[in-house]
Amino acid sequence: MAGANPTPSEYIQHHLQNLTFGLHPENGLGFAHGAKEAAEMGFWAVHVDTIGWSIFLGLIFITLFRSAAKKATTGVPGALQNFVEILVEFVDQSVKDTFHGRSSLIAPLALTIFVWVFLMNLMDLVPVDFLPALFMALGVDYMKVVPTTDVNATLGMSLSVFVLIIYYSIKVKGVNGFVGELTLQPFGKKMIPFNLLLEGVGLIAKPISLALRLFGNLYAGELIFILIAIMPFWIQWALSVPWAIFHILVIVLQAFIFMMLTIVYLSMACEDH
Amino acid sequence: MNLNLTLVGQAISFAIFVWFCMKYVWPPVTEAMHARQKKIADGLDAASRAARDLELAQEKAGQQLREGKEQAALIIEQANKRANQIVEEAKDNARAEGERLLAAAQAEIEQEVNRAKEELRAQVSALSLKGAEQILNASIDEKAHAELVEKLAAEL
Repeated sequence: MAGANPTPSEYIQHHLQNLTFGLHPENGLGFAHGAKEAAEMGFWAVHVDTIGWSIFLGLIFITLFRSAAKKATTGVPGALQNFVEILVEFVDQSVKDTFHGRSSLIAPLALTIFVWVFLMNLMDLVPVDFLPALFMALGVDYMKVVPTTDVNATLGMSLSVFVLIIYYSIKVKGVNGFVGELTLQPFGKKMIPFNLLLEGVGLIAKPISLALRLFGNLYAGELIFILIAIMPFWIQWALSVPWAIFHILVIVLQAFIFMMLTIVYLSMACEDH
Repeated sequence: MNLNLTLVGQAISFAIFVWFCMKYVWPPVTEAMHARQKKIADGLDAASRAARDLELAQEKAGQQLREGKEQAALIIEQANKRANQIVEEAKDNARAEGERLLAAAQAEIEQEVNRAKEELRAQVSALSLKGAEQILNASIDEKAHAELVEKLAAEL
């Protein structure tokens, strides 16, 4: 935890620290006070802020779309229904363009990924000190409000996609087909270990790259906002505003890329060679 | 961590950013949404108009069909009437022709009969004259008795 007058590096580190809940070897079960304690908790700890915000934003998404769906008319749509329809149509079109198999899962999955990731990214546009200051007043020391700047969140999503990739691969091609795809390409039977290495790396790289791309973009964006926040307050807007405007593009683009790559990976999993 | 002017600086940035979004980001988005709403409204409008047009057209078609049927019935009726008329006329003509033929035949027959009668009468008078001449074996004044014989013949 930073002192009364944090140095820039303390300030940055404070902002990059998640609210971690876990079992500390010495202090027992509780919230971590600082990065060191959080690290000492090891793997079996939870970033409460990441989970809380992502669930909160997911609930916003579900509530919004559910209410629009319930009130949907076949006539001229209202503002909310119109908005939701635009998004659904957009995602549906993207899925149709890319995914040629038949699956009732993939379009809702893509929609959820797109909107959810977008909402989580959107938190990046809220000034970096607003919500932490609010939670500080409520007695919570650490608060990272952008779930996608936490690699746990992005990797969690991409691993879910990875599980789906494997599930669809086996479902469509069978175990033999899937194993064959991993071992018999691209060099035929004589090079099975090499093929396995090559295809295995390719397979593993999918979720890793999916997660790290989103995480990296948002983490960098967040970091730049934090760096700008260290500057004198009267000049911050000169850098912060252009970066925020640019960030509008980034957050939409990253949400779209995550969705699109999910569709592409799943359609690759569903295709026979 | 403590509160300081950073918060104010971020508030300024946020205010400018929100203003920017209101000015340059929000309008195109809402415009696109309105355009979509308008498109849907227009589409629904066109659909209902088309439905109404269809109804009108169907009604019109039905009416024309009815009119056509009526006209056809009228024409058939007229044709029947005309046909009856022609038949009647033909019958009348035939009857008249028949009667005429019959009358002509009868007239001819009568004429023939008359002629035959005349011939017969002439022959009878000649024959009776010859008979009387032979019966009397005497010369009879033809002139004196012709009147008698003719009266006899006329009675035949």
